[in-house]
Amino acid sequence: MRRYLTRKLITYVLAFFVGVSIDWGIPRLMPGDPIQGLVSRFNVGSSAAYAALYKQFAQSFGLNVPLWQQYLDFWKGVLTGNMGGSIYAPGATVTHLVFSAMPYTLALLVPAILLSYSLGNRLGAAAARRKFLDNSILPFGYLLQATPYPWLALVVPYLFGSVWHLFPTAYGYDPGLVPHFDWTFIASLLDHWFLPFLTVFIVSLGGWAIGMRNLVIYELENDSSRYLRALGASERVIRRYAYRNASLPQLSGLALQLGVVIGGNIVTEIAFNYPGLGNLIFHAISNQDYFLLQGIFIFIVLGVLIANFVIDLVFIAVDPRTRLSMQGATA
Amino acid sequence: MSVSVENLSVAYRSHRGDVTAVDNVSFSLADGEIMGLAGESGCGKSTLGNALVYLDYRMKASGGKVTVDGKDLPISDSNAMRSRRMTEVSLVPQYAMSALTPTRKIGRIIDDLLKSHRVKDRDKVMTELRRRLELIGLKEDVLGKYSFELSGGMRQRVTIIMSSLLNPSLLIADEVTSALDVSTQRAVGEMLIEFRDRGYIKSAIAITHDLSILAQIADSIAIMYAGRLAERAPTSVLVDSPLHPYTQALLASLPEVGVRHDQVTLSGIPGRPPSLANPPAGCRFRDRCPFAFAKCSETPPFEEIKPGHLVACWKASQEHAEMAGTGRGLPLKEQV
Amino acid sequence: MSESISEAPAPAVAATGLPAGPAGTAVHRGRNDILHYGLRNKKLLFGLSLELILVLLAIIGPYLAKNPPMEITPYPLQHPGSKYWLGTDLTGYDLYSQLTNGLRESYLVGALGAGCAALIGMALGFIAGWRGGWLDEVLQMITNIIVMIPSLVLLVVIGSYLTSRSVLFEGVFIGLTTWPWVARAVRAQTFSLRSREYVDLARLSGKRPTSIILKEIAPNMASYLFLVVILLFGSSMLIAASYDFLGVGPNNVASLGWTMNQANANAALTYHLWWWFIPPGAVLCLMVFALLIANVGLDEVFNPKLREQ
Repeated sequence: MRRYLTRKLITYVLAFFVGVSIDWGIPRLMPGDPIQGLVSRFNVGSSAAYAALYKQFAQSFGLNVPLWQQYLDFWKGVLTGNMGGSIYAPGATVTHLVFSAMPYTLALLVPAILLSYSLGNRLGAAAARRKFLDNSILPFGYLLQATPYPWLALVVPYLFGSVWHLFPTAYGYDPGLVPHFDWTFIASLLDHWFLPFLTVFIVSLGGWAIGMRNLVIYELENDSSRYLRALGASERVIRRYAYRNASLPQLSGLALQLGVVIGGNIVTEIAFNYPGLGNLIFHAISNQDYFLLQGIFIFIVLGVLIANFVIDLVFIAVDPRTRLSMQGATA
Repeated sequence: MSVSVENLSVAYRSHRGDVTAVDNVSFSLADGEIMGLAGESGCGKSTLGNALVYLDYRMKASGGKVTVDGKDLPISDSNAMRSRRMTEVSLVPQYAMSALTPTRKIGRIIDDLLKSHRVKDRDKVMTELRRRLELIGLKEDVLGKYSFELSGGMRQRVTIIMSSLLNPSLLIADEVTSALDVSTQRAVGEMLIEFRDRGYIKSAIAITHDLSILAQIADSIAIMYAGRLAERAPTSVLVDSPLHPYTQALLASLPEVGVRHDQVTLSGIPGRPPSLANPPAGCRFRDRCPFAFAKCSETPPFEEIKPGHLVACWKASQEHAEMAGTGRGLPLKEQV
Repeated sequence: MSESISEAPAPAVAATGLPAGPAGTAVHRGRNDILHYGLRNKKLLFGLSLELILVLLAIIGPYLAKNPPMEITPYPLQHPGSKYWLGTDLTGYDLYSQLTNGLRESYLVGALGAGCAALIGMALGFIAGWRGGWLDEVLQMITNIIVMIPSLVLLVVIGSYLTSRSVLFEGVFIGLTTWPWVARAVRAQTFSLRSREYVDLARLSGKRPTSIILKEIAPNMASYLFLVVILLFGSSMLIAASYDFLGVGPNNVASLGWTMNQANANAALTYHLWWWFIPPGAVLCLMVFALLIANVGLDEVFNPKLREQ
């Protein structure tokens, strides 16, 4: 177990290192001059003013110091939580913006992942058991898996909002309300939360169901299941054991799917104009707010690493082999 | 008779037609008898043994019937078989090393099995289990371990204990010594005998390709070739005076400990067993048999040549008939 | 943990888990066998035919359009009708034309992405699996790291700095971010095949490593790799659609994701312009669906264990 954890931690540290470095490196590797792009938006007339503005921006970007120092300064910023100021919302720091948006994103992501994962697993296991269920769940699961996030993020609000008028289709809460903890506000929050949550949930569901179905089918045919059958164990016991065994690789898969779900989450938020990190990214893109973009990137990388770590801990609790370090998990 | 198998055939389904892996096999076991079932890979011995316990969905049994303790064993009806598995017939599988699920402790697996069979008084069985573990030298804490924490030899012994826990009338032990080192092989072999002596199992069929281990533990040996029984006799008889040419060749090809290559060259049996998808007519060993003659193009019946000694070979039956006829007991030259 | 189902599911095509891998024994299955089962497998036939129809649509469709996808027609906001089969959008673009062109773009990006990822992933995965040792450790570490970097956000960051992006760039980027999945799968298969008896046999009989790779391992992996590439293809198409929807796809290209992006940006939902955003996504969904079903069918054909009981 110790070896497993150490390996994982090293990977995470390295991944964070690579992530931050990439984040720092991108603007410097890209063709063109980002500062020029920024300054040109200000439509400065005189060349002296242009030069002064340019110098100002270069300074705030930290581009006027040697490269290695820029790198270290960047790291300093990351580690102290100071990612600079936003251009799109001048006056607000990147960190502040990210933390305001994060609860909304987490409110979407966490329930959607947990629910689609558990429900998907049960559906998949059920499909593996009965041929009849398999014939209906399987194509449905594949259909869900094939559904593009953007498409569902448009169809869902269209049906539930524009056509059936059941739920609102934009924003995190009623724009007419002032955020504070009373029942009306919370109700409005939930009202606006439901459709984006549904979108992310539905698309993710299919994948888990299919994956679990395949894993359970495999487990039902492996040696330990055959032995149990040869000894006359009841189908329920065999299924339970197969499910248990199949849950392990499925759990590893969860860690690997995080990047995908986050991507889908971002797409959904943008489609719904939901005030999470995804929407923040959108605004950052439209306003060429590089600081904000880079800051969001770091936070998302961090989030993914933490989530991976949590899953690793769960894995240890669930897999006796990793726990007793007879064989380290290969993930 | 404790176990009786009559005219049993088992075939695998394939889109090209059925492949008969076990062809019209009959034998019987007395109470307390350990029969060895030996033969080359692919001869059908494993299929035969496994079919008596669990018939895969890909296999189908046809022909005869199987009786255990006087009762009919419905091997083709998987649902009816379920209650009889582990209680009347039990299996120690060839894949014993991976037979125990890695995510459950051994004790828990056994407990779940007992619950599946609705065993009353599980505690009594568990006490008996602990006694048996001690008997064969495994510590009780094995029950609290996971399968991957045990060595190969321990796993093999645990599966034998598990499979025989409910005192089945027939235990099929499929290649139980193949994956083990020699000393563990001996321990496992002795374990089987001990269990039989104490009445934990009534009779057993030990499937293996290793004749030497059978010589140690089996009361009788049956040799299979290409899906059919070639010879069956009490162990000492088969080892000392085998009648079927195949058995003779098998025994001759066993190396002797201590003998060097420059003293005795090992003889093998040239050729290969016939394909079971399209088997040749008549005796299936014909192509590789040094004694084959014209009559061998007919299928020889598996018959009792001497008391307790059954063979499926024209040469053997002919010699026996001639000996019985002449009364002189001299070996005769084979006809070509 | 089984060796044949790797833990790594394809990105975007989620946790289908991988195809079951070469069957236990090294049966170089006759082509007749595969053909026989292949022609009878309903899933494979269904998936293939559906995909074929869509491919035909992608090839022939644009020729049947009256206008190029980015040409403004004088009739905006037309419902689907006899003149414009899928109607027109707010600006007046012919949506049928955009759809069929979008199909082409999707297939193109899909092929690029899958090709890139397959090449890199197979090469690295194979080396890691074959050599083992520290090389394997290093590659595994790299794989794990890349997997954890959220590629969408990365592309957004990169894309915001680039003023012109091409389909090639998008395809290659997808390839560069999804190869770890392939590498893992290939590595797992290589490991398991490497230790099979027939490889040891070949080694013992003195065959050279390349010969072993070509004659013993590759045929058994070929079917597996084929399935992997199919999954990759579908996943690349879906990923590209998300990128395009976000606006970091290729410029001036009418792709399916881009059309949906435009619909969203122009409040098509509020104005009930359903023909703007429903067809592109639906068609993409069908494209990937057909691939997935065909994949399942093909897996059954290659692996007897999975066939109908």
